[in-house]
Amino acid sequence: MIYYVIRRLLIAIPSLLGISVVLFTVLALAPGDPFEELATNPNVPAEVRAALRQKFGLDDPVYLRYWHWINAMVRGDWGFSFVSRVNVDTLILQRMPTSLFIIGMSQILALLVAIPVGVYAATRPYSLFDQVATTMAFIGFSLPTFFTGLVLILVFSIWLDWLPFVFRSDIPAIGWRWVWEHFKQSIMPITVLGLALGGSLTRYVRSAVLDVIRLDYVTTARSKGLGEKVVIVKHVVRNALIPVVTLLALQMPAIFGGAIVTEQIFRIPGIGSLLISSILANDTPVVMAVTFVFACLVVFFNLIADILYGWLDPRISYR
Amino acid sequence: MAGSTPASATGRPVGSGAAPGANPRLPTGPRSPARETWRKFRRHKLAVAGTVILGILGLAILIGPFLWKIPINEIDFAAKLKRPSLEHPFGTDDLGQDLLARMIYGGRISLAVGIAAMLVAILLGTLIGATAGMSRGWVGAVLMWLTDLFLSLPQLPLLLLVIYLFRDALKSVFGPEGGIFILIVLVIGGLRWMPVARLVRAQFLSLREKEFVEAARALGASRSRQVLRHILPNALGPVIVAATIDVALAIIAESTLSFLGLGFPPDIPTWGRLLFDAKDNLDFAPHWALFPGAAIFLTVLAINFIGDGLRDALDPRRVL
Repeated sequence: MIYYVIRRLLIAIPSLLGISVVLFTVLALAPGDPFEELATNPNVPAEVRAALRQKFGLDDPVYLRYWHWINAMVRGDWGFSFVSRVNVDTLILQRMPTSLFIIGMSQILALLVAIPVGVYAATRPYSLFDQVATTMAFIGFSLPTFFTGLVLILVFSIWLDWLPFVFRSDIPAIGWRWVWEHFKQSIMPITVLGLALGGSLTRYVRSAVLDVIRLDYVTTARSKGLGEKVVIVKHVVRNALIPVVTLLALQMPAIFGGAIVTEQIFRIPGIGSLLISSILANDTPVVMAVTFVFACLVVFFNLIADILYGWLDPRISYR
Repeated sequence: MAGSTPASATGRPVGSGAAPGANPRLPTGPRSPARETWRKFRRHKLAVAGTVILGILGLAILIGPFLWKIPINEIDFAAKLKRPSLEHPFGTDDLGQDLLARMIYGGRISLAVGIAAMLVAILLGTLIGATAGMSRGWVGAVLMWLTDLFLSLPQLPLLLLVIYLFRDALKSVFGPEGGIFILIVLVIGGLRWMPVARLVRAQFLSLREKEFVEAARALGASRSRQVLRHILPNALGPVIVAATIDVALAIIAESTLSFLGLGFPPDIPTWGRLLFDAKDNLDFAPHWALFPGAAIFLTVLAINFIGDGLRDALDPRRVL
């Protein structure tokens, strides 16, 4: 198992490098000059500008610039935000826990809905429950996050006035009251994101269970006299979950997209809303760093999915 | 997968078990594949409903401007933030502009972006997938590595990054509307080709070893003829399904960009842009957000249902 994890870690490195090349290519191809401000400022003499360009290596060949950039990224020297005058890594670290909390909780919510519903629907294929569930799942993944978010705000914040629609990280309370307030303001964002995820996940769980439920080993388990519950939970679901883990990992990029939108709707101070506000404020170092962080998170979650495979299906880790 | 249950009841095939002529209600004799597909498609009720909804929406968008003549940018402060009425069936926004007219205009852009981005994704994906599927050496391996790499890129952040960096350059070359349109279509299409490439490659890998391709090869068909006449037409089924779903995904992507305020410029009312403008007035003008949001949702839902129906009609054994 340890060797398997190490091997997976080593495979993750080239994909991180590949992603960094793509990001850097986009940046290098982009028109415009980071020193545009200096260039248009008549008080800065041309020699100073040239010296600055020299100092920051802007006239170097592309591969050297890439080398310097990737070096700085790896060392954690991510630059300085133009707007908030803070180091980029501090800014991101401040925002990260909120984002991870929302994303993680919505994943859990989606799994809590998708697995029971998908399994139950698959054990009774074409029944009324199955048809309702698959249609609801279809509607769920056709609903764009920005629309569900607005509708939830409209219903629960404006009409019913039950839940706050602005996410606050500085709740003026302590103890259980803080937990309660935090819970109340997290319900809607987590539901929005979880719903977007849960729809496709339910369909996928259902078809994965359908694939295994008629296999011979399930019949064997039944003929041994095992109870239906044991057969489904221990024999069917565990095997059906393997492709589901693949989908979870493949969906990660889309989840981050949904998280950006959700954070923007509910004004959650996470890295997604940081990305949007930095784009609107032309804060290039922050934009680059946040995009890179998102890419790293995707690779990281893919890694976790790989390790989960090894746990769900021990055959994989021995290969 | 012996004994596995097909994912959809409607897809339970007439064609796979019994011979096509076995059903007494249907005319016997050979049928064209297109008619056979249509016959199976019709049995998927939700897909038919989706087709009808999409047809109505498409018709409304196409002929709407000829019937509903209020210009999209006619400002009327007297009728500001009006609820839906006979005069303004979908109400008005904070400048008193008619929302029905704006939504008809926005629908044209949303659908155009969706279809154009789908074409980019399909063309790119088919090209890369076919190349990878036909090559037996390192080219295929490299292309697939590239595909996997692109699959693990975070799409929306990258989309935002590219638009942020290239927005102004393209705007100055193609004008504000055209520049953003080209950029959005290219970027959405350029980040959606990977699933198509994988599908096409998998199809090619299995088809190129089939007897009929071998027969064509033995008869002296050139490589390009083998691909274009024999392999590609047989690989098209899943590609058509993916293309349908891609239209929906591209519409969502464009709406998301506009909703974040980074898509089309403010004077072009795409559905996402309308939602972006409406979201701060939710408490006193909910209709402003609900109509465009429902339009996006209905379009996407209809397209997804059509895709589901096509999947069943084109390949009843497919489970995913």
